[in-house]
Amino acid sequence: MEQTQNAVLSVRNMSMNFGGLRALSDVDVEVRSGEIVALIGPNGAGKTTFFNCITGIYTPSEGQVLAYPTNGRKMRADGARSDGVRINGMRTNLVCELGMARTFQNIRLFPSMTALENVMIGRHCRTRAGILGAVLRGPKARREEQEVVDRSYQLLKKVGLEKVANEYSRNLPYGAQRRLEIARALATEPFLLLLDEPAAGMNPQETLELKEMVIRIREEFQVSVLLIEHDMKMVMSLSDRIYVMEYGRVISTGTPAEVSADPQVIRAYLGEESDA
Amino acid sequence: MAVANLLGNLKKSAIAALWLAFLTLPVMVIRVDTVEKTVTWRWMHLAYMLVGSFVLAVAWHFLMDRRDRGAANRDSGGGETQSALSLWLENPSVMRPLMAFGLLVAVAFPWVFSMYQTNILISALIYVVLGLGLNITVGLAGLLDLGYVAFYAVGAYAYALLNHHFQLGFWTVLPLGAILGAFFGILLGFPVLRLRGDYLAIVTLGFGQIVRLVLENWSAFSNGPAGISNISRPGLFGVTYGVDQATTYIYYIMLALVVLTIFVTARLKDSRIGRAWLALREDEIACQAMGIDNTRAKLMAFALGATLASLMGVVFAAKTTYINPASFTFMESAMILAIVVLGGMGSVLGVILGAFLLILLPEYMRAFSEYRMLIFGATMILVMVFRPQGLIRAKRKVYKINTEAA
Repeated sequence: MEQTQNAVLSVRNMSMNFGGLRALSDVDVEVRSGEIVALIGPNGAGKTTFFNCITGIYTPSEGQVLAYPTNGRKMRADGARSDGVRINGMRTNLVCELGMARTFQNIRLFPSMTALENVMIGRHCRTRAGILGAVLRGPKARREEQEVVDRSYQLLKKVGLEKVANEYSRNLPYGAQRRLEIARALATEPFLLLLDEPAAGMNPQETLELKEMVIRIREEFQVSVLLIEHDMKMVMSLSDRIYVMEYGRVISTGTPAEVSADPQVIRAYLGEESDA
Repeated sequence: MAVANLLGNLKKSAIAALWLAFLTLPVMVIRVDTVEKTVTWRWMHLAYMLVGSFVLAVAWHFLMDRRDRGAANRDSGGGETQSALSLWLENPSVMRPLMAFGLLVAVAFPWVFSMYQTNILISALIYVVLGLGLNITVGLAGLLDLGYVAFYAVGAYAYALLNHHFQLGFWTVLPLGAILGAFFGILLGFPVLRLRGDYLAIVTLGFGQIVRLVLENWSAFSNGPAGISNISRPGLFGVTYGVDQATTYIYYIMLALVVLTIFVTARLKDSRIGRAWLALREDEIACQAMGIDNTRAKLMAFALGATLASLMGVVFAAKTTYINPASFTFMESAMILAIVVLGGMGSVLGVILGAFLLILLPEYMRAFSEYRMLIFGATMILVMVFRPQGLIRAKRKVYKINTEAA
């Protein structure tokens, strides 16, 4: 597969086997700089498995996952693009450090930490204070800590949670927890934001607000977004391109209009007509 | 509503008391003397049984109701209910003078009370540090370590052996013991990196047993169950002390170590590292997905906890001047874990309180020493049912935010 000039993530021929079960086969996905790309498909199509494969939670059985960070790290000195970082099999925390941050389908916040602290966790991989710094609290450690608090608070503000900064995250309403997860992911300074069903369980109004927030975030943080979503209205109006998955394969790809006209997709979603 | 509830409870308690009295009738009331061939009917015992079980049942129902009401309050969005005690303790205008007063009492203690009392307090202080050390591993990082006492043994034997063979002094071995403890912590940490929960508990339990069994059976190395005696008490620049002075001296060393440990753990709790530990405890996958190196965080937690235990081992050996493997049984690990759980996982103040309660109470209630384990067990059950978060709930720091910052 040819590599597009400004890709930030390029997944080639990726397959994932769990024993004899082939959860993903020959998946090709590409996300370009500044794009919002959606991954849709029926339940069990392998969307979350795909996320887990590219974030290092699983190691893909076959294929390549290449990232091209645009956030300054791993760029060649002459400013030209590096050849990409091979991230299949990379440890999850290093993938995050590289600049790919995700949220989870079933919210995975740290319940007995405050909202602010949840975001501060995201700053962990961008800060350095060690045990000595923590105990002695020298000027450098103090400055770093203050910076972490300030930046985290700003991020909370961006997702509209500044009023509940010191609330335990378990006490936040559902929609707020979803937004907090996004803020936490943004705190890691990603170039690619991976959202796993961000609108799940939200009402139409909240979904609309979420959509606007994702667009705002893309502009403001210069991130590309890859999201899994079931809400078709949101997917169609938000994404630049869509990949449709079924039984672990990508069955269709293109702009929302192209995809929604694809007979394969219609078949996957509505079922086959009994007689032609 | 409340009255109906109360009546209902009284009725339930009465039925429970009657039933229990009936069940225990043959044991409690009838006494057959096979020698004299007489049967005595001790009806008073029936009355004791009735009254006792009735009172206990009423108390139980009352506490259960209270707990359920508390849970309902929390669920209906009333926020966290705070116990009066922890609210009171959090107020800095109460906390500061209290701390100063506590420190003053602690400093004056050996001059006011007898050597016997001072010795007991040294033990309690040792357990405070052990509790705070285990609190890092279990309370903050969520790594259930049932073999914690092994690190304590490492420190104690390090001092005993180095002192016995090479005549090394207390102050030389103290840092050595700390390093050795950290080393052993990492040694245990590596194989258990992938384990969590029950599996981790079993492996650490095994580790604790291995260390004890090695000490017990490798006589050439550790002198086996006979232990090592005549360990030097700590000196200062070549000055050696008699028993009484040495006790006072160790007391002050211990006090300094406790203050240091409190300082270190309290600061760590709200630092970058402390947050990483907490995240690890709350959700390991999310923690790693947010860029935290799980391996590093876990090893650090194990190493720090082990360092503190090992330090305490050195002090313990210096205090008792005699150690043997019997001091490092699983019971000790369980005790330290109980201190952490009873006090409140993750709460520094809670663990200190837990250590004092669990170590000092049995000392001063020697009259009930036969029932010690019974009371201990019952207390743990009651605490877990009615206050699963421990005596003092761990609280997260409330950050002051500089809203002007761009």
